[in-house]
Amino acid sequence: MGDEIKPDKVIDIRGQVCPYTFVRSKLAIEKMNIGEVLEIVLDHRPAVDNVPRSMENEGQKVLKIEQTGDKEWHIFVRKDKEKKKQ
Amino acid sequence: MEFTEEQIMRYSRHILLPEVGGEGQERLLGAKVVLVGAGGLGSPVGYYLAAAGVGTIGVIDNDRVELSNLQRQIAHNTNRLGVDKADSAKETYETLNPDVKVTTHKERLTSANIMNIIKDYDIVVDGSDNFPTRYLVNDACVMLKKPLVSAAVFRFEGQVMTIQPGEGPCYRCLFEVPPPPGMVPSCQEAGILGVVTGVIGTIQATEVVKLILGIGRPLKGALLLWNALDMSFRTVRVPRNPDCPMCGDRPTITSLVDYEQFCSMSH
Repeated sequence: MGDEIKPDKVIDIRGQVCPYTFVRSKLAIEKMNIGEVLEIVLDHRPAVDNVPRSMENEGQKVLKIEQTGDKEWHIFVRKDKEKKKQ
Repeated sequence: MEFTEEQIMRYSRHILLPEVGGEGQERLLGAKVVLVGAGGLGSPVGYYLAAAGVGTIGVIDNDRVELSNLQRQIAHNTNRLGVDKADSAKETYETLNPDVKVTTHKERLTSANIMNIIKDYDIVVDGSDNFPTRYLVNDACVMLKKPLVSAAVFRFEGQVMTIQPGEGPCYRCLFEVPPPPGMVPSCQEAGILGVVTGVIGTIQATEVVKLILGIGRPLKGALLLWNALDMSFRTVRVPRNPDCPMCGDRPTITSLVDYEQFCSMSH
C-alpha cells in the first residue's frame, strides 16, 4: 500500500445522515489550512456520493473514497480553497 | 468558536451555503444590531435576525402593545396586550433562539439619548413610524458612520434603502428636510395593509444579514420601491448629493435636530 494518505485530521461521523454529514465535514475543513487533508469516516450510504460532490463544489479536492466495511467508508479530502468571498 | 450540537442543527441550512458556512454563522452570532421600533417593520426584522442567530439585538421602543397593533406587529400577541413592546419583542426573539440576547431600550429617541443608545451596535435598522425619528436616526448614523437600513411603509407600498455613510447617499440626500406637517397624512388616513410591513421588514432583515456577512450588493445608493397591488419592485439609483446638508461636501447640519412630532401612525 504505497499510496497511503496521511490525514491531518479525522472526523468520525458514523451515525450521522445528510445533510449533517456535509455540515460537519464542512465545519471541520473550514478550520484547517490549505493543503491539509481531512479524513471523514461515515456509514450513511447517500453521503458517500453527496459529501464528495459538495466538497468539490466548494473547491476542495477529493483524493480518495475507500469502502472499509459493509457500511463504512473513508473519504479523504484535501483543502484547496478558503471560504468563497464576494 | 466551537458550535454546540444544537447550533450545528439550528444553523445547518446556513452552514451549507458556500457564502455563509461556519465562518459566516460565527459572524452572525457576534453581530450587534439595533432596531428603532418594535412595530410593523421592527417585528419581522427582529424575528428573522433572531432566527438567523444575530447574537445581540437591541430594541428601542417605549410603547405598549395595543390591540390595533396586532394586525401587523407579529412580535407581539394577544396575551401581551398592555405589555411594553420592547419586553414583548425580547420574549418572542429569545424564545425563538436562546443564542440571542435582546437588550431593551424603553425610551423615545431624542437628540439627547440617541448617540448613547446606538453607539455600541454595528448596524441600525430604522422601523420608525414618524419623520422626526427618521431624520434623527439618519443624522446620528451619519455622524457615527454607522450602516443604517432605513425603510418606510404607507398603505400598499414600501421603500427600503441601505445607508453606508461615506460610501453613498444618506436619507437627506433624497429628502433634505421632513415634509411640512400639512403634507403628512393624518392618522385616520394612514392605513396600512398588515402584510406590507412584513415584506418590507423582511427585506430590511435581508439587507442586515448581507451586511454582516459581507455578501451580495446591499441597497447602497439605491432606493427599492415596492407596490403590493401591482406586485412591482423598482430600484431607483440615488446618487450622493454633494449639497446634502448632512453628508454633503459642506454640511450645514452639525448637531442633531429634534423635529416637532406632528403625527404618529402607531395607533
